[in-house]
Amino acid sequence: MSGIVISERGPTVGGRAVRQAGEWLPALVVAAVVIGTWEGAIVAFHIQQFLLPKPSDIASTFWTQRHELWPAGWYTFKEALGGFAIGSLAGVAAATLVGRFKGLGTALMPIFIAANAVPIIAFAPIFGAWFNPISPHSKMAVAAVLCFLPVMVNTLRGLQSASPRQLELMRSYAASELEIWRRVRVPTALPFLFTALKVASVLAMIGAIVGEYFGGALNALGVIINSEANVFHFTTAWAGILVACLLGIALYSSVVLVERVAIRWAPQARDS
Amino acid sequence: MSDAAPTVVRIERVTKTFPQGNVTALQDIDLELAPKEFASLIGPSGCGKSTLLRVIGDLIEPTSGTVTVNGKPARQARNDGDYGIVFQDAVLFDWRTVAKNIALPLEMLGWGRAKRKARVEAMLELVELGSFAEHHPWQLSGGMQQRVAIARALAFEPALLLMDEPFGALDEMTRERLNLELLSIWAQTGSTVVFVTHSISEAVFLSSRVVVMSPRPGRIAGFVDVDLPYPRSVETREEPRFFELVTEVRELLRKRGEHLLPEEAAALE
Repeated sequence: MSGIVISERGPTVGGRAVRQAGEWLPALVVAAVVIGTWEGAIVAFHIQQFLLPKPSDIASTFWTQRHELWPAGWYTFKEALGGFAIGSLAGVAAATLVGRFKGLGTALMPIFIAANAVPIIAFAPIFGAWFNPISPHSKMAVAAVLCFLPVMVNTLRGLQSASPRQLELMRSYAASELEIWRRVRVPTALPFLFTALKVASVLAMIGAIVGEYFGGALNALGVIINSEANVFHFTTAWAGILVACLLGIALYSSVVLVERVAIRWAPQARDS
Repeated sequence: MSDAAPTVVRIERVTKTFPQGNVTALQDIDLELAPKEFASLIGPSGCGKSTLLRVIGDLIEPTSGTVTVNGKPARQARNDGDYGIVFQDAVLFDWRTVAKNIALPLEMLGWGRAKRKARVEAMLELVELGSFAEHHPWQLSGGMQQRVAIARALAFEPALLLMDEPFGALDEMTRERLNLELLSIWAQTGSTVVFVTHSISEAVFLSSRVVVMSPRPGRIAGFVDVDLPYPRSVETREEPRFFELVTEVRELLRKRGEHLLPEEAAALE
């Protein structure tokens, strides 16, 4: 019992920093080795620039063209963020309705599950036609549709995964449906929701960039990657991909941060 | 059946059939429990003991018959918070601390913050978990979790405590310790207890009365009044009278259990 109490006090701040650095070290070493091998292999085997540029060249382009790439990245990021917000909110709303009204679920779930198997990306040119292809709205639509289903399906599963015993306990307190919802179903669904939001954050970036491959504003990241690659400026295309990666990681990490705050209580939140 | 003797639970001709598979879980059950009685329901699986517990708690509606708790229909009693319930799993909410778990029924009854806090502290004291108030359930052992569940069930001082195999998932040593703790808690609160178990020795050790049930259809096979004096202790389990009563319950189960499947009969040994 005293062991639990001691671990509750937690390690010191300095100790935690050292331990976290230690946890990151192997990954950093692997990354350094991969980039080093990449650089070395291009020099050693005289690999053509258009096949694979050197990481050092990508890095220098990433720096010299930062005034074009980052504003473009920010433009695309806003599309992804908008799609993420719209798709996720719609997903949560749909899950709430389907969870509340069983008949709705019977009617809609088979359709949603069938829709889940549709390659949404294939619709990107159609969305371009529905909205103005230059406007950010068509990309937001692609991102939103991509985000909707995983959020909806996971949230619904979460809302339905309160145990029968938990529900019996609440009924023994004569709890109303609304109270059961608020005190049991929603907290139970939160870990499911955040798992879905993490998936959706990645899908939103994919949706926005791939959407731009089919046309979009000239200062959009996907358009730049696509057009630079078409004129054999592969180093610039790679630098654009790097910007997309960093922004994608930023979006994912912000979801993780919110998750840490929202479900501090979860056992898995302490382990990770 | 005189009105002079108050009853906490009165069950009259209760029958429960489940339409799926046309199962008669309970047939013509009559049972009365007096205040401060500790009654165990024992029987093989399928005898309807857990169903009977849920019928008392108005978590399952009987097909016919009436259930009265604290002199009110079972539905009214549930709405008034007249009973607390403990399941085999502690059924604690991971997102709430131990203290907040115990406070849950008090929140639902609309108690003020200060009143809640005082009661939760008293309950933690009662189940000897005072230093674990701010822990989360998954930081506690199974036995400690079950003590939290008991504290939660008794926090609002219900007249009736329903327990569905509460110690069934615990190891023998923890179980015997919690049996003693439960008796001491019961002595302090004076609730009537309905305790579902399939352990004969646990039923005899705890109860003032053992209700023996038989399956298919679920019926009351007989009663064994346990005349061992309270407070009971570790030595109670070694008294000759304890063994006589255990034998009496076992005989009742066996007499009514001739039609049992072999593994069900074995489970009762």
